Formats: sequence, structure tokens, C-alpha cells
Amino acid sequence: MKEGYELIYKRPESLLQTRMHYCPGCFHSTTHKILMEVVDELGIKEKTVGVCPVGCSVFAYDYLDVDMQEAAHGRAAAVATGIKRILPDRVVFSYQGDGDLAAIGTAETLHACNRGENFTFIFINNGIYGMTGGQMAPTTLEGQKTSTSPYGRDPEKVGLPLKMCEIVSQFKRVAFVQRVSFNTPANARKAKKAIKTAFEIQMKKLGTTFIEVASNCPSQWKCTPEESLDWLTNHVFPYYPLGVFKEPPKTKE
Amino acid sequence: MVETKLMKGNEALAEAAIRSGLQAYFGYPITPQSEVIEYLAREEPKYNYVLLQAESEVAAVNMLYGSGGAGGRVMTTTSSPGFSLMQEGISYIACAEIPCVFANIVRGGPGLGTIQPSQSDYNQATKGGGHGDYNIIVLVPNSVQEMVDHCRLAFELADKYRTPAMLLSDGAIGQMMEKVNLPEPIEYKPNKPWATTGKTPDRERNILTSLYIKSETMEEKNKILQEKYKQIIANEIRFDEYKTDDAEIIITSFGLTSRIAKKTVDIGREEGMKLGLFRPITVWPFPTKALAEIASRPQVKFFISVEMNAGQMVEDVKLAVCGQKSVHFYGRMGGIVPTPDEILDVIKEKEAGRD
Amino acid sequence: MPQKGYVEISVEGCKGCNLCVLHCPTNCLALNTKDTNSYGLHYAYLAEEDKCIACMNCSVICPDAAITVYKKMAA
Ligand SMILES: Cc1ncc(C[n+]2csc(CCOP(=O)(O)OP(=O)(O)O)c2C)c(N)n1
Ligand code: SF4
Ligand code: SF4
Ligand code: SF4
Repeated sequence: MKEGYELIYKRPESLLQTRMHYCPGCFHSTTHKILMEVVDELGIKEKTVGVCPVGCSVFAYDYLDVDMQEAAHGRAAAVATGIKRILPDRVVFSYQGDGDLAAIGTAETLHACNRGENFTFIFINNGIYGMTGGQMAPTTLEGQKTSTSPYGRDPEKVGLPLKMCEIVSQFKRVAFVQRVSFNTPANARKAKKAIKTAFEIQMKKLGTTFIEVASNCPSQWKCTPEESLDWLTNHVFPYYPLGVFKEPPKTKE
Repeated sequence: MVETKLMKGNEALAEAAIRSGLQAYFGYPITPQSEVIEYLAREEPKYNYVLLQAESEVAAVNMLYGSGGAGGRVMTTTSSPGFSLMQEGISYIACAEIPCVFANIVRGGPGLGTIQPSQSDYNQATKGGGHGDYNIIVLVPNSVQEMVDHCRLAFELADKYRTPAMLLSDGAIGQMMEKVNLPEPIEYKPNKPWATTGKTPDRERNILTSLYIKSETMEEKNKILQEKYKQIIANEIRFDEYKTDDAEIIITSFGLTSRIAKKTVDIGREEGMKLGLFRPITVWPFPTKALAEIASRPQVKFFISVEMNAGQMVEDVKLAVCGQKSVHFYGRMGGIVPTPDEILDVIKEKEAGRD
Repeated sequence: MPQKGYVEISVEGCKGCNLCVLHCPTNCLALNTKDTNSYGLHYAYLAEEDKCIACMNCSVICPDAAITVYKKMAA
């Protein structure tokens, strides 16, 4: 460090030094980083247990220095339910892609939300199946081309992209729902605050907390990371607006 | 102090789970098994186990994965179609080495089938059931008492070997009422340093996974599992013999039908036939050596496997007997329980055919 | 102008996604297009040191947590 300077940001302690396998510019990486910043800032590493899905983030446990379980494809919400029910004082999160959370695992997602399971969903909505090579997801936009919708998603055939934040906000026992993104530093800061809020609400046992990351997938979108930000702004946000969908009623402190 | 009661098999199983220190139960209703979750729901206020009716068997098995992985003593019960739905999860649990207890109160299939008792899930239970090379410990109760005894044993074996263990029961044993001795409740103190309970500074993080992307590490993991299975085979085989010492004809039978077979042995002996019964209590690991030894006895003429299916355990019997003697089969399907008389008739036919 | 801050970027940790370069308000970062790290990726570096204002935009946006930020202490 140069003399006369102070350190104001470094890689969070709980993000292991292992190089993440994610493609350059992928928000999976950003989410991992921010998640571990929150864990460190709240000082909850010793009581955090994560569940990672099947999808690009299947190796999340290689990077996060917390106890973790690897769930079967789509079942992270059930696994997180199992953990949280037996260890109610731990901070539990499930980390899931859109195929995982909103296609194969929709039943587990909705029922966990309906029960108000007291854990935090970190939902990475990149509109595509990253891991398996760019197939259509339940969140692929209308007209968007993927390897299984080569002429663009046709709602006549496969319906419209699912809006999970909007859906889960309907459940009474869901306490906090926010859609965030990492396309700008300002949004990234909001995203961090959202995850922190979610964990705090979880620790107060107020119900399910649900963070959707309007994410990118430069590799399967077949664009540069920079272009992926433009796609987010021009196509994703108009359909998937960022913001808070639900929060607990403000209590006087 | 042992308590004696008249109880239904499914309820006895639930009570045994409570007395074995059950910490979490996840399940989904299905006949003829629902009394287990109903009983646990009724008793819940008296204890502090977690009880949750899941949205499906798929969810239930994955809740089991989570809570077992977090160190709990956990169980689910179901019947055939539900157990099929659980297979993916059991494969993950076997590979991640999470102790969990299952009970399949079998009904007749395939498909939606019948709610009548059956033994047609033997292959599914004993040959892995899901994808990949794995086995789970399979105990077969043939009475309400054994529902209780095997429940405790299944929990102990699951913990000891970090593996799923199951009771392969059936709709008749689940539904029938018998006198049962209930054991003293235990206070369960888990010792599971591998569990995901939160990383404390004194240890590395705990990870429960079944993902080994490199072929070499996947093979290594498989070798570890296979080594464990060898240990289980070496230590945990259980079986029962009835009048086999001088027997010339050996009936092999498991679970419910073993009781009918026992009756058959008695009736046959009254008629002067030297019948004996060999009953596997663990069907995985299968008592191969013990059967092979019996097959080698000069007076033994042949075997007949009596089952409520189209012929499933008989394959394991044949492998054990290994050509030393002939092995016949008699089975009923669709939930029909064979009678001693019809079994005896078949044995007489086989004997006549042999001479 | 006196330098307000500076950043250190891990050459091996950087994946060359260019997002930090894009979001630096003072344009003091650049991608080294002449050199690569051991993964064969161009990496970002602090090209114009004295322009850094220690705003942390780059470290916030960097997916791979490759950036460390230092700020000049108040005298
Ligand atoms: C039962 C089952 N079906 C299918 C697969 C194959 N598979 C793995 S990941 C995946 C989709 C991943 O997409 P998503 O959840 O959106 O995550 P991403 O990779 O985009 O982060 C699929 C279909 C599987 N592993 N298991
Ligand atoms: S394939 Fe897509 S989602 Fe997966 S790591 Fe690469 S950019 Fe990220
Ligand atoms: S701290 Fe701000 S000014 Fe300095 S390099 Fe990073 S983005 Fe640029
Ligand atoms: S944002 Fe990070 S990974 Fe991307 S170019 Fe900058 S330093 Fe490298």
C-alpha cells in the first residue's frame, strides 16, 4: 500500500481465492461476490448455510466459504426447507437459475413461498439455460433466439416468459421481493442492499425473502459483456422491471 | 421400560420413529401408508420434531436431503408410486452420503396399480432404484413388531454407514393390527461433524454434494461407496431360518409371504414333507452365503421362492444357489396374497415333476 | 491535481470483461490489449493513475472481485 493511503475495498474474506469458472462478465460471479460481502458485513458466516442448484452455478460451493449443499436440479427450495426447518437459527439461502427455479423446480419454489419458508432465494434470471448450452428458459423473452427456439420464442407455442417476482409477491407469507441487476455500479449497490435486507428480514423470521437478479449470459446470448448490458437495458428491463415488489410494513424503530 | 400395545403397522412405525429420536419427517399422503404421517401429525404437539406435509414425494425426498444433511435424524414414508418419484433424490442422498430412513409400504403395480399389498418393488429397492451405482440398506419386516424393531435399526445403520436405509414393507403389514412391544424412547444426540450446520472457525466448510465432474474423481467416489457397501455386506446381513436343518425343500420368502410360507412348512411337515423356510431380513445386503451353504447340503432337493410379484427375489436366490440345486418360483400379483394350500400344491407339483 | 486514490487489479484474477473500464467515471482504467495473463485474457490496469478518485465503481462492478481500492487519507 502506498503511504498516505487507506484500503477501502478488497475482495470479501468469505469469497475464496479459487478462480471462478464463470465466463468473463457473467453476473453469477458478481452475485457470488456481493453475497459474500453481505455475509462478511453481517458477520453471519458461522451460521450461513447455502444450497446451490444444477446449472452454471453448480460449483458455487467451490467459491463460497460457507457450509453448502448441492441440490438436485430444481429442488434447492425443498433442500433449503429441510435445512431451515431443522436449523431455524441459521441463515439459509438457495441459489438458483431460471431453469432450476422456474421450470423444473416451480412446484418447490411456489410451495416454499406459500409456506413462507424463512430462507432467502437468490434467483439468477439470465433468460437462458447457460450450463447446457443455451436452450430456451421459462424466462426467455418473446422472440428471443436460443438453440431450442432458433426462430425466436413463440408464445403461441410455449407461452410467455414467467415473471417470478410478480408471482411470488402474491403469497401472503412472502416478506420481501426485489428484482435487482448488476449492469451499473448504482444498481450493483442497490442489489447489495437488497440482499442484505433480505438476510436481515430472514433473521427476524418474517417470512420468505426473494431476490431476483436480472442477469446476463454473454456466452449464450452470443455477445460481449458490454453488449449484454445493452440487451438488459433495451430488452430485459422493459419486461422485467427492477425494483421492490414487496417489503414488510415499516415498523417504528 | 417396554410398553406393550395393540397397534397398526403404520402407526407402530411412526411411534417407533418418535422413540428412536426422530427430528424431522417429510411426506406426502398415499394409501396404504398415510397413517404414518397422520399419526405423527397427531403426536406432534407432544414432541419437538419437524413434521411437514410436502407438496410431493419429489419435494419430500429433497427436504430429507436438506435436513439429513444438516445433521438431523430424518425419515419419510410412502408407497410404491411415491417411492418411484423419490428415486432421483435417493441417488443424490446415497452419493452425498446422508443418513436418511425411508419406508415403502408397497402396493401392487405397475402404474397407479392397486392399493392392495404387494412385493413388486423388490427390484427397485434392492438394485439401487435410481440412477448410478449405489445400494441402500433394505430391511424387510414381516410383523408389526418388526416395523418397530427395523425402524430403530434402520436409523442406527443409516448413521453408522452414512447411507440411506429403508423398510420394504407392504400394505398388509402397514394396515394390520398386532401386539407390539415398544422400546424405551432414546434421547438422540447426533455426532455428525460433516453436517452443514454453519462453518465455525475450527473447521473447513462442509459441503454435501454428489457432483464429481472429473471421471477420475467420480471413479474415486464410486470406489469409496463400493468399499462402504462391502463393509455393509460383511457386517449387516440378517436372515431367519425355520426348520431348515433337515429340510429337503427350502421355501425362500420375505416379508408378509414369509409368514404364509412358515404356515406352509408346518402343514407340509404334518403331511410328512420335509419343508424349511429361509427368510432374508435384509434383502440388500442379500444373505447369499447362507443360502449357498444350504444349497450345498446333500439332502436339499430344490428351492422355491414364494413372493407377491412376478418373480423378483428369485433371481437373487438363483444367484446364491448358483446352479447347485434347481430354484422354482411361485408368485401372485396385483395384491393377491397366496394361501398355504396353493403353495403346498405347487411344491407337490414341482416335487412330482422332479422325480 | 493530487491523486485521490488508486486501484490494484489482479492480473490473474481479471477476466478482461471490460466492465470496470466502461464504468470508471474518470476513464483512468484500460484493458491491456498487448499482453495477456496466463489464461490468455487481456487484463485491465490503471492507465492514468492520477485520475482515480477512489469512487469504487470499478470494484463494485467487477464480477471477479479482482480490484482493490485505496483512498488518500485526509491530511
Ligand atoms: C433432472 C435433470 N434434468 C435436466 C438436467 C440438465 N440441466 C442441467 S442445468 C440445466 C438448466 C440450467 O439452466 P438455469 O437453471 O437457467 O441455470 P444457468 O445454467 O443458466 O445458470 C439443465 C436442463 C439435469 N441436470 N437434471
Ligand atoms: S454460460 Fe452464461 S450463465 Fe453460464 S457462466 Fe457463462 S455467461 Fe454465465
Ligand atoms: S475507483 Fe473509481 S475512479 Fe478509480 S479506477 Fe475505480 S472506477 Fe475509476
Ligand atoms: S471488471 Fe474485473 S474482470 Fe472485468 S476487466 Fe475489470 S478487473 Fe477485469
